[in-house]
Amino acid sequence: MAKAATPKRRSSPKLKKDEALKFYRDMLLIRRFEERAGQLYGMGKIAGFCHLYIGQEAVVTGMQACLKEGDQVITGYRDHGHMLACDMDPRGVMAELTGREGGYSRGKGGSMHMFSREKNFFGGHGIVGAQVPLGTGLAFSNKYLGKDNVSLAYFGDGAANQGQVYEAFNMASLWDLPVVYVIENNMYAMGTSVERHASETELFKRGISFEIEGEEVDGMDVYAVKKAGEKAVKHARSGKGPYILEMKTYRYRGHSMSDPAKYRKREEVDDIRSHNDPIDGLKGQIIEQGIASEEDLKAIDKEIRAIVKDAADFSIESPEPDPSELWTDVLLPVEA
Amino acid sequence: MAVDILMPALSPTMEEGTLAKWLKGEGDKVEAGDVIAEIETDKATMEVEAVDEGTLAKILIPEGTEGVKVNAVIAVLTEDGEDAGSVSVSTEAEVEKVTPVAEPEVLEAQAASDAPAGPILTNPDIPEGTTYTKTVLRDALRDAMAEEMRRDETVFVMGEEVAEYQGAYKVTRELLQEFGARRVVDTPITEHGFAGLGVGAAFGGLRPIVEFMTFNFAMQAIDHIINSAAKTLYMSGGQMGCPIVFRGPNAAAARVGAQHSQDYAAWYGHVPGLKVVAPWDAASAKALLKSAIRDPNPVVFLEHELLYGLEFDVPDLEDYTLPIGKAAVIREGTDVTLVGYSRMVGFSMEAADKLAEQGISAEVIDLRSIRPLDMETIIESVKKTNRLVTAEEGWKHMGVGGEIAAGVTEHAFDYLDAPPLRVTQKDVPLPYAGNLEALSLPSADDVVAAAKAVCEGM
Repeated sequence: MAKAATPKRRSSPKLKKDEALKFYRDMLLIRRFEERAGQLYGMGKIAGFCHLYIGQEAVVTGMQACLKEGDQVITGYRDHGHMLACDMDPRGVMAELTGREGGYSRGKGGSMHMFSREKNFFGGHGIVGAQVPLGTGLAFSNKYLGKDNVSLAYFGDGAANQGQVYEAFNMASLWDLPVVYVIENNMYAMGTSVERHASETELFKRGISFEIEGEEVDGMDVYAVKKAGEKAVKHARSGKGPYILEMKTYRYRGHSMSDPAKYRKREEVDDIRSHNDPIDGLKGQIIEQGIASEEDLKAIDKEIRAIVKDAADFSIESPEPDPSELWTDVLLPVEA
Repeated sequence: MAVDILMPALSPTMEEGTLAKWLKGEGDKVEAGDVIAEIETDKATMEVEAVDEGTLAKILIPEGTEGVKVNAVIAVLTEDGEDAGSVSVSTEAEVEKVTPVAEPEVLEAQAASDAPAGPILTNPDIPEGTTYTKTVLRDALRDAMAEEMRRDETVFVMGEEVAEYQGAYKVTRELLQEFGARRVVDTPITEHGFAGLGVGAAFGGLRPIVEFMTFNFAMQAIDHIINSAAKTLYMSGGQMGCPIVFRGPNAAAARVGAQHSQDYAAWYGHVPGLKVVAPWDAASAKALLKSAIRDPNPVVFLEHELLYGLEFDVPDLEDYTLPIGKAAVIREGTDVTLVGYSRMVGFSMEAADKLAEQGISAEVIDLRSIRPLDMETIIESVKKTNRLVTAEEGWKHMGVGGEIAAGVTEHAFDYLDAPPLRVTQKDVPLPYAGNLEALSLPSADDVVAAAKAVCEGM
């Protein structure tokens, strides 16, 4: 059985009200959105592969708080949470999941292939590990163009075994590229636990031979994520090169919707859910510190449910793409 | 007994070089391993070491001599006690007597791709009275990159040995000096990684030129070329343009064996979202590379090592480009259409000469682009000649010729007087042995034979 992050008593200093409530709201949006996506999948409205982010919400929420305008985000196929964290419209994301015209890729990408140039979200990549050199290339362009922007390249513990990850590490360190590698270690590469797939299970050490600093972070605590993220982003932005953050996190749902769930025990999931949930943890802190009441939070819950319902309705009402879309976007026209 | 010291080959494709410097003089004692001379080609410089010991009795090729053939006798070594004075040879006579080292079959094949004497007049846009400069292909490609880098600050070149080494095949020679290390980037040997990094940089607003030392190594990177570069525009509903050029030598070199000798035109030509260019002559290669760099889409640009050193007429025009996706009729004829790309265009031109001697008038089409494929030009030609021969260095199975033949059968079936024939590499991994390699690769004579076969009973 995989050993998940040890639940910690969260005794962070006095939280700022606006930020605490924003974190709560953002994480809850991802949670409710993903639950609804799971439901729509069960109803046959979403097809193909669908990888839910439930349980990992603190990672993207905390990291996004470290970014500034123009910073880029790129990830693999478990990407819905990242898109919502990047402030992409839940309607557009859900409608892409249902393969409709109103989706971010007008129905041509699906769950694993969504992008928003406007929000600096660069995908959404279906090949395990591919986003790591791509994200490193975004960092290369920032440096080349003299921008002080940073790219965040997210990948999972499974992708951490891909060769191209280390090819990218080498070049990023060699050329001091402003990239932060965020390893979302949710303990399982599909159904293979970290102990069974990694010779070095402390993944933050994977940069040592490239002279890339790394650290382990409690990825179930949004404040711990933000604190580590700020340090890493500052490092990259100041020209010191790449940084690795290993987020110890956990996904409650299967690898995808077709996961047989034979590789881990129900009790393991329940244990983390009931003792180390990122949203419940923050909720406890908010109430304990008197930032908001149960009632206030319930009002937020209601608001979020309305947003998600609206997104789901939109995703079903939006028409399928016009048949002419089959032939568009293969090549861009050449300017005369 | 006197020992002949021969002009060595620096690379599998070298035929001649410059004897740059003698480091030993006549009468000097030489031990095995001593550096006695330096030789140069347009690609590299190398020291010549003595293999035997003795006295350097006679230098036959003075330093500074250019065009010294591989295996020419450049000096004579006498063993100790031997009278140096007994060795006397005429330098000039010796140079002329030189026989090349390569297998005759290979040499014949190489000679067949010699460049034409005059400009390949194929583009009506070239104004009358335009002057031309003889330029080798590698320099034309370099000039194309340099011109585009001057024009657009976001264009940069990256790859193995492109900067300090000046290019493994010297195609990026002197770019580092002009543009600096920021824009001419030496990478580690890490094709998968730097291809992906290049695609990411293109997403980030740059126009990368990614050089693969050869396309054989790009198989390590093909996931990024196809899954990341070619498909992302579509998957993003048109948001994620990827202006990138993947370039480098493709297909066979000389005697480098199966893993270093493969034609990838059919592989990349298969993929929507890519453009694939495979030029032959220096003028069109330069013009097409400039277009590829400006193209907002990913372009796979297939060059040919055995053409790099060939000289062609390149028009002296400030900004000459050609459209990607347009083939060119580079020789007009009436009896048979020969369609090829890259090095096979040279063979087709040579075949056309030979066919003319036998009373067959061949039209030659330089495909230039594999994708988009200019079927219109081919079909127009076949409607006139009624016969088709395709020529490629790739394998026949699922190849470019098969696609062309299918297109012609589909759109011009009634015009065909004979089934189209395909000239290709034999259906084996490329062998190393000189005779087997020559048997495996398509030649001008193969094109002649195929053309005669489709013209039988004409």
